[in-house]
Amino acid sequence: MADHKHSANQNSEHAFVRAEDAPLLPPPATEAGITGWLWQNIFASMADFSSAGASLRSACVAALTVFLLYFGFAQIYTLLDFGVFSAVWSDPDELKREACWTVDQGGGLPSGWHAACWPFIYAKHKFIMYGAYPSEELWRVNLSVLLGIAGLAYVLIERLPRRREVGAMMLTLYPLLCFILLTGGNLAIPFGSIGLWLIIGLAVISLGRLAKRGFLGSTLSEFHAFIGLTGWAFVIYNTVRGLGAVDFGLEPIDTRDWGGLLITLVVAVTGIVVSLPLGIILALGRRSEMPAARLICTVFIEFWRGVPLITVLFMASVMLPLFLPEGVNFDNLLRALIGVMLFSAAYMAEVIRGGLQAIDKGQYEGAQAMGLSYWQSMRLIILPQALTHVIPGIVNTFIGLFKDTTLVSIVGIFDLLGAGQSAIADAAWSTPVQATTMYLYIAIIFFVFCFGMSRYSIYMENKLSKSRRH
Amino acid sequence: MSNNLVIGIGALVVGGVVGYFAGAGNEKIVEVEKVVEVEKQQTATLDAVKSKGFVQCGVSQGLPGFSNSDDSGKWTGIDVDVCRAVAAAVFGDSSKVKFTPLSAKQRFTALASGEIDVLSRNTTWTMTRDTQLGLNFAGVNYYDGQGMMVPKSLGAKSAMELDGANICTNTGTTTELNITDFFRSNGMKFNLVAFEKADEVVAAYDAGRCDVYTTDRSGLAAQRTKLTNPDDHMVLPEIISKEPLGPVVRQGDDQWFNIVRWSLRAMINAEEMGITSANAKSKVNDNNPAIKRLLGSEGNFGAELGLSNDWALNILSQVGNYGESYEAHVGPNTPLKLDRGVNELWSKGGILYAAPIR
Repeated sequence: MADHKHSANQNSEHAFVRAEDAPLLPPPATEAGITGWLWQNIFASMADFSSAGASLRSACVAALTVFLLYFGFAQIYTLLDFGVFSAVWSDPDELKREACWTVDQGGGLPSGWHAACWPFIYAKHKFIMYGAYPSEELWRVNLSVLLGIAGLAYVLIERLPRRREVGAMMLTLYPLLCFILLTGGNLAIPFGSIGLWLIIGLAVISLGRLAKRGFLGSTLSEFHAFIGLTGWAFVIYNTVRGLGAVDFGLEPIDTRDWGGLLITLVVAVTGIVVSLPLGIILALGRRSEMPAARLICTVFIEFWRGVPLITVLFMASVMLPLFLPEGVNFDNLLRALIGVMLFSAAYMAEVIRGGLQAIDKGQYEGAQAMGLSYWQSMRLIILPQALTHVIPGIVNTFIGLFKDTTLVSIVGIFDLLGAGQSAIADAAWSTPVQATTMYLYIAIIFFVFCFGMSRYSIYMENKLSKSRRH
Repeated sequence: MSNNLVIGIGALVVGGVVGYFAGAGNEKIVEVEKVVEVEKQQTATLDAVKSKGFVQCGVSQGLPGFSNSDDSGKWTGIDVDVCRAVAAAVFGDSSKVKFTPLSAKQRFTALASGEIDVLSRNTTWTMTRDTQLGLNFAGVNYYDGQGMMVPKSLGAKSAMELDGANICTNTGTTTELNITDFFRSNGMKFNLVAFEKADEVVAAYDAGRCDVYTTDRSGLAAQRTKLTNPDDHMVLPEIISKEPLGPVVRQGDDQWFNIVRWSLRAMINAEEMGITSANAKSKVNDNNPAIKRLLGSEGNFGAELGLSNDWALNILSQVGNYGESYEAHVGPNTPLKLDRGVNELWSKGGILYAAPIR
C-alpha cells in the first residue's frame, strides 16, 4: 500500500522508488562472529564444489581436517588422561610403589591401568629440586631463589624507578650473596694474602692516578687508564675473595650434595649471565682492527665452536684431574660451569657479530663524525641497535643453553634430568609408569622455563623494534 | 675459490697434525698415569683421609639395591654399606663418608686421580682392570652373573631353545658381548635390539618388541618390577657370565688396601659367627676367642691396620654384618627379592668365604 501512495507522488515512469533506508541486516553468518571465523578459516576451503577439481580438493581438505582434529584431540586426551584423569594422586597408606600397582602386579588398580603415579613425584620432590642438599639448610636455597626472582622481576617491570641500580646489584652483589648462601662461604683463604693483594691493588690505582697527572713521564701517562683498571680489578677481586673467606657461621655444603633444579638453575644462570658480556667482547674483538685482538678472539670462538659441549665436559671432568698435581682438586661443578660458560660465550659472540654486521656503515661513520670514542660509539650507537636486531638469536642461545645443562649429568652431576633418572632407579617405587611419570614432570618444568624465556623475548622484540616492524 | 681451497687444505693439514699428536697423546696420558701412581705409592691414603675427616667414596648414579639415593636423598645399598663400613673402621663413625656419583666411564679416572678414596660401584673384577689400570680389587661383595628373562608364553625352559630370538639389551656394556658369545658358541641365530637406558630396554621388552631381556641377574630382578604383568615372565636358569662385583682401591697403598679388604671381610666373618648390629656390643666378652679377636677384646688386630682395635666392632654395631646388609637392600623382603644363592656363606652352600682374623 505504501508503495502505491509514494509512487503516485513521484514520476509515474518508475514502478517503485524506495523512500526509506533499507533495514540494517546483521552481517552474513559467513562473515562475522564465531561462525564467520570458522567459515572463513576452516569450512570455506572445503565447501567449493563449483567444478570437479574444486570438489576433489574440498573433499581432500575435509578428510585431512577431520584426521588432524582427531589426531590432535586424541593426543591431548591421552596426555590429560595419563597425567590427570586416570592418575594416582595420593598415597595415604604410604604403600609406595604398591599404590601404583595394577592387580596383575599385586596392587589394587584395574588391569591395564597406565597413568601417572604422582605420589612418586611428591616423595622425590625434594631430591629433584635440591638433590641431597641438607633439609635443615634448604632455606638458603629458597632465599637465594626468592631474591633472584624478586630482583629479576624488579628489573623486568619497566615502570619502577632505579632499575639500573637494581640491575647492577643483581649482576654484582647477588651472585656473591648466592655463592656465600649456597656453599656456606668460609673459604680457606688466609686474610693476610688478601690484605696484601688489596694493598698492592690500591698502590696500582695510585700509580694510575700519578701517571694520569703526568708525574711518571709521557709513556706511562698514556696507559693510565689501563693501570687504573688493573688496580681496580685487583681490589675488586680481592674484596670478593675476602667476603668469600669470611665465616658467616653457615654450615659449609659441598657442591656434591647439590642437585636437581638447583644445579640446572646454577649452571644455566651462570652461563647466561656470563655469556652475554663475554660474547659482546668477543664479537667486538673479532671485528676489531687490532690484529692480535682479532686473532685471539677468532681462535677462541672457533675452538669452542669446533668441539661439542659433551667433549668439553668430559675433558674437564675426566682428563683434567690427571694433569693436575695430586691433591689439587677443582670442584667438579666449577669445572663444568667454566666449560659451559666459555662454550656459550663463543656461540653468543657469533650471534652478536651477526647483529654488528647488520648495522649500516653510516652509523659507524656518523658516530665517528660526532667525535665519539670507540667505546662511546659502541655503547651509545652501535650495540643498542645490533642487540635489538639479534634478540631472537640471543634468546635462542639462552634456551639452548638452558636445555644443554642436562649434559652435565654425564659427568656425575645430578642436574634436573640426572636427579630424575637417579630417582627412577629407586626400587622402592619401581612400577611400569615410574619412568614415564618422572619424564613427564621434568618436561613440564623445562617447558615452563623455556616458554617463559621465549615469551619475554617476544615482548622485548615488540617493544624495542616497533619502528622497524614491516 | 682458490682462497677457500687453500683454507680447506690448511684445515686438513692442521687436522692431520692434531690427530697425530692426539694419538701420540694417548701414550702421554698413560705415562702421566704411571707418574701419578708412583707418587701415590709414597702418600698414605689413610693419613689423607684422616686429615680431611671423611672417606670419599665413588658410587653409581643409581642402581637399585647397590647404590641408590632414597626419598630423602640419603645413599643406601650394599655398595654404600661397604663405604660406611670403611668409615666406621677408620673414624668409628659410619656417617663420616661422602659419596661421589660416577658414570661408568668416569669411575677409574676418579679413583686414579685421587678424587675418591674407594670405588664401590658394582664394578666387575676382571684381569684387565686388575693388571692394567693401576687398581686393586679389595674383595667381592656380590657375585653376579648375566641372566635372561623371557615371557612364559614363549614356552622356553632353557636358553638353548632361544634360536632366532630377538634380544633386548643395553648398548656399550659387556652384556652385549656376553650374549653374542653365548649364541655364537651354541650356533644359534639371534637379533640384538640395543638401547641406551635400562628403562628403554624394559619398556621395549614389555611392549613385546623382543622375546628375551638380558642383563645381570640382580638387574633383571630390579627391572622385573617395572613390567606390566611381572608374573607372566620368568628368568631362565642359565647364567652366561661371571660378574664378581667388589670395592676397588688404588694400587700401591697396601695399608689402605688392607683396611678396605678387611672391613668387607669383617662383615662376612661376623655373619658366620652370628654377630649382628644388635648383639655386637654384648658379644665383646664372648667366650669364643675368634669373636674376641674380631671385636678387638683380644689381640692387636686393629692397630696393625693402623686403626683402633674396636674397628670391627664399630663396623658391626653401626653398619651390621654382610647378611644384614644383604637382607636390607637386595634380599627377599626388598623390592629386588633376590635369594642369597651363591652369595650365601660357604657354610650354608654359597661361595662367600672370608679369610679368618687371627
